[in-house]
Amino acid sequence: MTPAHLALPGFPGADPVAGLIGGLLIGLGAAIMLLGLGRIAGVSGIAARALGLSTQGMGRLLALAFLAGLPLGAWLAFDLAGAGQGVFPESGVLLGAGLLVGFGTRLGSGCTSGHGVCGMSRLSARSIVATLTFIAAGVATVAVMNMMGNAA
Amino acid sequence: MRNILVSLVSGTLFGAGLAVSGMTNPLRVRGFLDLFGTWDPTLVFVMGGAVLVMAVIWQVQRRMVAPFFADAFALPTAKDLDWRLILGAALFGIGWGVAGLCPGPGFAALALAPAQAIIFLAGLFGGMVLFRLTMDN
Repeated sequence: MTPAHLALPGFPGADPVAGLIGGLLIGLGAAIMLLGLGRIAGVSGIAARALGLSTQGMGRLLALAFLAGLPLGAWLAFDLAGAGQGVFPESGVLLGAGLLVGFGTRLGSGCTSGHGVCGMSRLSARSIVATLTFIAAGVATVAVMNMMGNAA
Repeated sequence: MRNILVSLVSGTLFGAGLAVSGMTNPLRVRGFLDLFGTWDPTLVFVMGGAVLVMAVIWQVQRRMVAPFFADAFALPTAKDLDWRLILGAALFGIGWGVAGLCPGPGFAALALAPAQAIIFLAGLFGGMVLFRLTMDN
């Protein structure tokens, strides 16, 4: 929990300090991948590589090690910093959304990490366009779902 | 062996960042996408912090001949804004909005909510296989 004096005026639910600290950690992780191994820390591409669904990218063991680090880091954060567990949608929704995310990130060559963090910071036009597109699609989707929920 | 450790450390910091910032909580991500409702701007700070670090790192990268632990940089070279990029990003964005999860938090959530994370990842892998079978060329 963020102390009250660190909250964002007008947005009582927001947690800007935790967000910024987490964002810096994410940037640090991506920095080690780039300067250490010369690769983009793009999770969708690395996941496809780990599964053997992509011929490009890092070695499979490197891909698997990066993916294993994601829950390991989350577990450490949960244990040490008390990160929350979250509220998840039901199984059918998770599965269908996963399909869209898997197909879409392969077709669009990246997700929030590859395009949103690594590409945008490199001022890649493709990544800026992709990021604006998936945020706009996400905003529209949530708006439509809220409307349908309210009508039902 | 050393490079595997470097990759593991990179993923661990990345996963810790996702959990600390609340991005492993679908409720918070959907709060960011709920621009016309009760908007939660936390994700702006997450992406801002990560982009800030990486903007500096790209300037360092430009001055390096090779990465520390590999022979050469292997970076994306595509420049074209084609229909695949736009349609792919749009489909991803719809799935992101529906579940409040993208690939990174999906994997990180294995440590926090394994039952739900496995179902999302099963869908994710299914979508990737579907792409491989239909569109990959």
